[in-house]
Amino acid sequence: MAISIQTPALLEPWVRLLRGDRPGTQLNLLFRQIGLPILGIALFLMFWQTGANQVDTSLGKLPGPAEVWEQAGNLRAEHVAERERAEAFYQRQHERNAQRLAENPDAKPRPIRGYTGKPTFFDQIGTSLVTVMSGFALASVIAIPLGIAIGLSALLYSAVNPLVQIFKPVSPLAWLPLVTIVVAAVYTSDDPLFAKSYVVSVLTVMLCSLWPTLINTAVGVTSVSADLNNVSKVLRLTWMEHVRKIVLPASVPMIFTGLRLSLGTAWMVLIAAEMLAQNPGLGKFVWDEFQNGSSQSLGRIMVAVLVIGLIGYVLDRCMLALQRWVSWDKDAITR
Amino acid sequence: MTPLLDISGVSIEFKTDNGPFKALDNVNLKIVEGEYVSLIGHSGCGKSTVLNIVAGLLQATTGGVVLDGKEVNEPGPERAVVFQNHSLLPWLSAYQNVELAVKQVFRGRKSRAEMKEWIEHNLHLVHMDHAMHKRPNEISGGMKQRVGIARALAMQPKVLLMDEPFGALDALTRAHLQDSLMEIQRELNNTVIMITHDVDEAVLLSDRIVMMTNGPAATIGEILTVDLERPRHRLELAEDHRYNHFRQEVLRFLYEKQRKVDESPRAPAAPKGQPSGRAGTPAAAAVVTTLHKKNVA
Repeated sequence: MAISIQTPALLEPWVRLLRGDRPGTQLNLLFRQIGLPILGIALFLMFWQTGANQVDTSLGKLPGPAEVWEQAGNLRAEHVAERERAEAFYQRQHERNAQRLAENPDAKPRPIRGYTGKPTFFDQIGTSLVTVMSGFALASVIAIPLGIAIGLSALLYSAVNPLVQIFKPVSPLAWLPLVTIVVAAVYTSDDPLFAKSYVVSVLTVMLCSLWPTLINTAVGVTSVSADLNNVSKVLRLTWMEHVRKIVLPASVPMIFTGLRLSLGTAWMVLIAAEMLAQNPGLGKFVWDEFQNGSSQSLGRIMVAVLVIGLIGYVLDRCMLALQRWVSWDKDAITR
Repeated sequence: MTPLLDISGVSIEFKTDNGPFKALDNVNLKIVEGEYVSLIGHSGCGKSTVLNIVAGLLQATTGGVVLDGKEVNEPGPERAVVFQNHSLLPWLSAYQNVELAVKQVFRGRKSRAEMKEWIEHNLHLVHMDHAMHKRPNEISGGMKQRVGIARALAMQPKVLLMDEPFGALDALTRAHLQDSLMEIQRELNNTVIMITHDVDEAVLLSDRIVMMTNGPAATIGEILTVDLERPRHRLELAEDHRYNHFRQEVLRFLYEKQRKVDESPRAPAAPKGQPSGRAGTPAAAAVVTTLHKKNVA
C-alpha cells in the first residue's frame, strides 16, 4: 500500500518489478499498459500502408504513413522558412530607417509595415486554438448561469426546454450562413477590434457548443439532493448563499462533464466552420490543400487530420486535468 | 412546568392523484425543556412527517407547533435537524461542514477565534477531533453521522430533531453512537425529538416514548414514560426487569395493538413534496425485519 501512495500509478508496475514483487503480474500489467497500445498503433499503420497502396486517386496513390511523415517535415520546414523571411523583412525595414537617420538626423523614421506572407500550417493551428477557446469560453459564460437558472426553476425549465431540444441538434453548417449574414449586417466598424471571420467562427462555435454544458449544468442543479436543500433551509441560507454554497459546488462534477463535451463539440464544429466559410484556421488549411490538388495535397491533408485529432485529444485531457483539480467528486472521473 | 414545545391538533393532508391523503390526524404532544422524546411506529406511519412539521419543512394543514412561545412556520437553526443519511456537504471537510452552520448562526455574535473554538469544541464532543479535516468520503458512516450531530449541536438549538439518526448504521456502530449521545446529553441536557425504528434504542435513550398508530390518518397511540435512572448502561440494563418491561410494552403496542397487516391494500405511495419521505425504502424495511426477529426471540 505504501508504494501506491508514493508513486504514480503509471510507474507502479516498474517499481514493483524492481522490488521483485510478483514479477509475472507486473509484466502482465506492463503489457496491458504499454504493449497493447503500441501493438494497436503498429497494426493500424500496417493496414494503412497496405490499404493506401490499393487506392489510385486523381492525385496519385493515397499516401501511406511514411509519405505523411515526410509532409509533416515539409510543413515544419515551410513554417521555419516563412518565419525567417518575415524576420528578414522586418530587419530590412529597420536597417533602412537606421540608414535614413544616419544620412539626415532630422528625418522621420518610416513606419514599419507588417509582413503579409501566407499563414503557415502552424499559424493556422494557432488561429484555430484561439478561436475555439474564445467560442468555448463564450459558450460557457452563457451556458453555466443559464443552466443553473433552469435547474433551479421548474417553470423556467418548462419554458426553455423546448427551445433547447430544437436548437441542440442543429448542425454548424446550418448556422453558418445565418451567422455570416447577421455578422456582416450588425458588426460594422471602420476599425474593428476583431476580424469578421473570427467573429463568425466564434459565434458558430458558441451556438453549437452551448448545449452540452447547458443541459448538464441544469441536470446537475436539479439533482442536488433534497437533504442538502433541507440543510440549506434549516440554516436559513439566503438565495444567493444557497446557490453559491450548496447548488454550485454540488453541480460542479456535472458542469465539468458538460464542459468536456462542449469543448469536444466546439473543436469539431470549428474545423467544419473554417472549412465552409474560408475563415483562417486548420479547416481552411484542409480546404486550401483540397483545392490545390498537388501530388502533396493528400499527404498534407492527412497531417492536418492527425493534428486535429491530436489537439482534440490534448484539449480533452486538459479539461480532465482541470476537472481533477477543481472537482470534489474524484470518483465521478474515470477516463 | 410550561412546555417548551407544544404540538397541538396537528393534521396534514397531501394532495395526490387519487385525491387528498390524510397522513396525520390530530397529533398532540407537549415536551418540556431537557426532555428526550422518541417517536416510534411502523414505517409509513408519519413519524418523519411529525418531525418535518416541527422542523418547519412541512406545514400542517390544521393545528400548529409552538416553540418557546413562538409559532413555527419555517425552518430555522433553533430547530436543528440530524438527517438519517448525514447530509453533509461532500466537498467540505468535517470542520468546514460545522463551520458553515456556525458562521450562519453566530454571524456577528462570535469573533473568528470564538467560532473556531466553538467548532472544535463541538467536534470534540462527538469524538471527531482526530478527523476534523477529512472530507465525508474519507470517513466511515458512523463518523459522518457524528459530524452531522456536531453540526446540529453547534447551532445551539432549542430543540434537536433527529430523523432516525442511526438507522443506516450497523449494530455495533449504532451502540457506540448511542453511548456518545447519552454522554453528550448528560453534559448539555438538550431537548430532543428522535425518530427510531429500534425498540432498544428508544428505551435506552428516552424519557418518554411516543408510539404512533398506523397510517393513514396516523396519530399518537400511547405514550410510555421511561423513568430509568441516568446514567444508563446498556449492559446493566439488559438484566434489569424494568428495562425489559418497557421493551415489552413497546413491542406489544407495535405487534399486537398496531400490527401491520401486509395483505392490506397499500397506502398511497409517499406523496409528492414530502421531504425525505422514506416510507417503504429498503433500509426501513430491513429495520422492521429486525424488529420481527427480536419479537420472536
